[in-house]
Formats: sequence, C-alpha cells, structure tokens
Amino acid sequence: MDLLEYQGKQLFARHEIPVPSGIPARTVDEAVAAAEKIGYPCVVKAQVKIGGRGKAGGVKVAANAEEAGEYADAILGMDIKGFTVHELWIEEASEIEAEYYAAIVFDRSARSALVMLSTQGGMDIEQVSEETPEAIATLHVDPLLGFQPFEARRLAFEAGIDADLIRPIGEFLTKLYDTFIAEEAMLVEVNPVIITPERKVRALDSKVTLDENALFRHKENAELRDPSDEDPQEQMARDRGLTYVKLDGDIGILGNGAGLVMSTLDVVAQYGGSPANFLDAGGGSKADAITSAVEVICSNEKVKAVLFNIFGGITRCDEVANGLIEAFAQAKPTVPFVVRLDGTNDVVGRKILADANLPGVYTASTMNEAAEKVVALAKGETP
Amino acid sequence: MSVLVGTETRLCVSGITGSEGSFHTLNNRAYGTNVVSGVTPGKGGQDVEGIPVFNTFHAAVEESGANTAMVFVPPPFAADSILEAADAGIETIIAITEGIPAHDELRVYTQIKRMPGVRLIGPNCPGVLSPGKANVGIIPASFFKEGNVGVMSRSGTLTYQIGNELAQKGFGNSSIVGLGGDPIPGTSFVDVLEMFENDDQTELIVMSGEIGGDAEEVAAEYIAEHVTKPVVGYIAGFTAPPGKTMGHAGAIVSGSKGTAAAKAEALEAKGVRVGRTPTQVAEIAIEILGG
Ligand SMILES: Nc1ncnc2c1ncn2[C@@H]1O[C@H](COP(=O)(O)OP(=O)(O)OP(=O)(O)O)[C@@H](O)[C@H]1O
Ligand SMILES: [Mg+2]
Repeated sequence: MDLLEYQGKQLFARHEIPVPSGIPARTVDEAVAAAEKIGYPCVVKAQVKIGGRGKAGGVKVAANAEEAGEYADAILGMDIKGFTVHELWIEEASEIEAEYYAAIVFDRSARSALVMLSTQGGMDIEQVSEETPEAIATLHVDPLLGFQPFEARRLAFEAGIDADLIRPIGEFLTKLYDTFIAEEAMLVEVNPVIITPERKVRALDSKVTLDENALFRHKENAELRDPSDEDPQEQMARDRGLTYVKLDGDIGILGNGAGLVMSTLDVVAQYGGSPANFLDAGGGSKADAITSAVEVICSNEKVKAVLFNIFGGITRCDEVANGLIEAFAQAKPTVPFVVRLDGTNDVVGRKILADANLPGVYTASTMNEAAEKVVALAKGETP
Repeated sequence: MSVLVGTETRLCVSGITGSEGSFHTLNNRAYGTNVVSGVTPGKGGQDVEGIPVFNTFHAAVEESGANTAMVFVPPPFAADSILEAADAGIETIIAITEGIPAHDELRVYTQIKRMPGVRLIGPNCPGVLSPGKANVGIIPASFFKEGNVGVMSRSGTLTYQIGNELAQKGFGNSSIVGLGGDPIPGTSFVDVLEMFENDDQTELIVMSGEIGGDAEEVAAEYIAEHVTKPVVGYIAGFTAPPGKTMGHAGAIVSGSKGTAAAKAEALEAKGVRVGRTPTQVAEIAIEILGG
C-alpha cells in the first residue's frame, strides 16, 4: 500500500526523523488558510502516489496568500502521470544547501534490505543512476543482525559526505531503517534529504510503500487505506474477496489461481483478443464467489464477451457450473460466455451446464479452443 | 526416486486441527503419504482420525519420528511455526499458508539458510507431489501418474494446467514441486534444478515461471552451467500490465528486469526452449522425449 507524501512524513515524525511542518488541504480555501497559518514562503505540493511531481509542476513555492491560492487552484485537479490531484500538502519552505538521496528497499532478489545513499539527490536521481551509478552508495543489510552503525558510516564515507555530516547522516539512515522495520515497509525513500545552511538534516519528501500482508498488526497504518484510490470495480471485487485488476480490452476473464489467469490473458492475446480484466476467483471458488465474479466482470461496460477458464484442483467444476447458473439467474448478463471446465468433477460440471442450456453460453474443452471462441465472439462473429 | 517427498516422508502437520488443515491432511494420507503426527499448541494428546496431535514440534519429532512438516496455520502464526519446525530438527518444511508478511518471510528465509540440512518450500505454495509415493499439500493428485518429467512452478493452478497437458500426451511425473508465489520463496528454481539433475527418475524438467523477481534469469544461468537434462520453460504474464511503483528505488535497483519477455529471452539465450502456451510446452516435451 502506497502512502501519500504527508502520510509518509507523519510516519517519519513518529520515528523522530526531522520533517518540515505542514497542513493537508482539499480546496483552494483550505489551502490559503493553511498557508496563512504556516507563513511565507510556503510550498504547495500535490499529493499523489507517484514521483516526479516537481517536474510536472505539482510543487510550487508561494510568497503570499494570493500566490498560495493561485498555485492551489492550478494544482488541484491536475493530472500527474495518470493520477488526479485531489489533495494538497501546504508546507513551510526550507532553505536548501544541498539535496541528497536516501532509500531503503526490500530487495527480493538479494533477499535483504538494500540501503542507498547519494549526495546527488533531487529531481534527477534516475538520470544519476543511469549515467553515474557509482554516485549512489549501496549496502545490503543482514536481516537478522539489522543495520549497524559502522554500515551507516561506511555508506556515508562512500557517498562522499562532508566530515561534519557523517554522524548526522548516519543517524538519519539508522532512523530510516528503524522505520522500515517497525512499520514493515517495502520501500522508504527520501528524495531529497536536505542539508540546511545550519547543516541540519531533514526529510523534504517521502515515498513509503507498506506491506499489505502486515497491515493486520499496524492498525494506524491500515486506516490510511483510501477506498477512493481504487477503481469502483476493483473495490467491489475486493469487498467480495476476489482479486481483480481492470485492463483496457473488451474480453472479460475469470480463472482460478493467479498464474492460470495470467496465462489465460496471454493466450487470449495470442489469438488476437484484448482482455478487459484480470480476475482470480481464488483456490476453492464456491458458487457465490462465481456469482460475484460475474457481477464484477459485467459491471465493466466495455466487456463484449467473457471467458471462464477453470482448472479444478481444490475448486470443483460442478460448484463453478452451479455458480454460473445462479449468476445468470441473478445478474442476467447480456454478453456471450465461453466456459472451459477441466479438472475435479469436470464431467459433472459440463453436464450441469449443458442441461441448464443457458442463453449465449458456449463451452470449450481446452484453453486454446476457449480463447479462439471468445475472441470471435468479442468481434461479433459466431464461433 | 523422486525429489523432496517420497516413501521416506514422515509427515507432521502444523494446523492439523483447523478445517483446511485436517481436510488436506486426510487427503494426503488417503493418497498414501505417511502422516505420523500433527501440532496444535494446547491440543496435545488429541487425535485427528487416529493421527496423534502434539503441543510442540519438538514433541512430535521425538515421539512420532517426523522428518517433514506441512504448515497450514494462518499468516500471523506461520513464521513462528516454520521456525519451530526447523528448530525441532525437521528437514523438509512445506509451507502452504498464503499472506505471510514479507518481513517475516525474510527473517525466516535468512535463518533457515543458516541451518544446513533444513529446506523450506513455499510459503504460499501448493506443496509437492511425487506420484505413486507421497503427496504433501493441496495438489489434486488424481490427474498425475508416475513418470519421467519433473515439474516446478511458481503458481499452483498453472502447474495443474501444464501437468494435465503433459498427462494428456501420456507423460507422467517424477515430482511436481510448487515453489510458491511470494517475494521470498524458501526454495527457488535453481535448488530444484539441482535436485532433478541428480534424480535418476527425471529425464526432462519443466519450469513454469511468471513475471516479477529474477528467479528465471538466475535459473537460465544455472542451466547453462550445471544442467545436462533437457529443460522446457513457460512464462506467464506477457500481457500483464506493468505495476506502477511510486519511488525511484525500484528503477535504480532492477531496471527492466522481471518482465515476461526478458525472462523468456534469458532462458532462450541459454538454449532453453520456452513454450508460448501451456499446450506448446507439452508439444515441445513430446519432441524432446519422443512421445
Ligand atoms: N518544503 C520545501 N521547501 C523548499 N523546497 C522544497 C520543499 N519541498 C520540495 N521542495 C523542492 O521541490 C522539489 C520536488 O519536491 P518533492 O521531492 O517533494 O517531489 P517530487 O518531484 O515528486 O520528488 P521526486 O523527484 O523524488 O519524485 C524538491 O527536490 C525540492 O527541491
Ligand atoms: Mg522528491
């Protein structure tokens, strides 16, 4: 789960990482009121869960109330890389002597946390990593020992940090690691970490991703989940315990198990079709899960045909067939379906479907045949 | 022979008294797996259809001679149960539980790596089936018969799909190993490649991967250097949308690694044939083994 910048900063503050003070705002009026409280100059910052806001014009320094209002008006509703700005963070402006980069990422390939530090932070960090990767000092942490003071020092020296800042930067990294562990984050990134003219270290930005699987033991963080982030269909699916990702095409897809669903998307694409979604009905898909799945898929107006690809392991094909009949009774879908049932109780399942003689339901015995049929149906042809 | 589970397996199930746990335990026993015990703290002394339940793994190992564990407990308790099994001297730990926190997995992985002789499969995996010998986990065994194809996969149902395509073409399996779909799997393709390479029953290896991570790329390197048996690959997720990541750290660390295309390319560059559909995987297998 990604956090907004200011939510990340609030998390940092709980772990004594120094951050500028600020106030969130959802309207121009709220933004101006916040700016008046904070004083000038202040910074008006777009709150979206994506980086590169500064370059997109979503971070502006305001010298007075008029400017604060102007910038708030311009930034609210702005689109940044596909994310619409609904919220602002009005923050005291910092004096900046230098911008550094610091991050800790859960490195699954190396099976440990990776700590990164560079003196060349700021809005061009990806360019730095491409052109002069040696400017970013990196270190993997032993997961059982934790991040040691000598490692923090080593990173700071390797990154070429000034002598007087070795200790404060080391402390900063240590607190960042403590946050990463205590909050069970997958990423904590600070770009920039700034050095003020008084040689103080501060986090001027935050990018935090938390582990969804660990939210059960972080109640405070779990409350930060924002349902409006999610597409309405994705939300509806989540409420019903299904994994659903909306895509751009017109063929609705349902399968059981993430790998099989991914494979189904690929096979449909190979036959020239374009999937409208990824939907994993899960391991032991019962009849009511199938009914919910049909409702979720068909609530996407772009869907012209639906493919059910079930390989029954724990899932029983007769359950799926009954679920489909139930779904047709309740949701009354108007688009054609292709159903492929294989695995546990497949013969019974196919017979149930054949007997029910549902309108617009075609059957297939292999994944390839099913894909071919559904692609034809989506084009308005009869298979 | 076969790998990981077989006639030597003496299984102890953690979470045996739960509804899922007991259902699959009894399924595994009905298949012929030697299920010797279960563990549920506080329920020691009870039994599940004749299978004795102990309070601790240590008691289960001592009194029932268990050498393999299957972990079925819910995510908040799973890491603890895996560590307990390892501490008690269990050699092969198969963790079915889905949804274990990533930091728990990381600690468990690191600890288990430091214990020579202990192997963790999963978590979030369907288990391991050696047809005709033993089934530990939730793989529907009735679709598979004994044979010479070793299968390893990061996804459950996709394993069944590919296994079934092979079965329809007349192939059986030495072992089917579900590695699990989590970020930090206890056992990766490379480990199982080594096992299949050394297993006389296995003549062909099928590996089914998916987007994310770099396990397939690492396996490609390993195959080129250490595997003499033919390997057929499959990668799911060519049309999966790229996940949006928030910060820059991901781009700095991994660049463009992890896409299905990059994985298929890495395997093919090392001479591994990659099927574009599960059906094609079976077709390539026939070409190689002469169906
Ligand atoms: N409170 C502040 N005071 C002064 N300058 C600021 C402040 N906040 C941000 N800036 C300036 O604006 C730039 C961009 O802001 P910030 O880093 O928060 O957003 P971003 O562009 O999304 O970040 P990134 O480039 O890491 O994705 C900073 O590098 C910094 O120079
Ligand atoms: Mg930034």
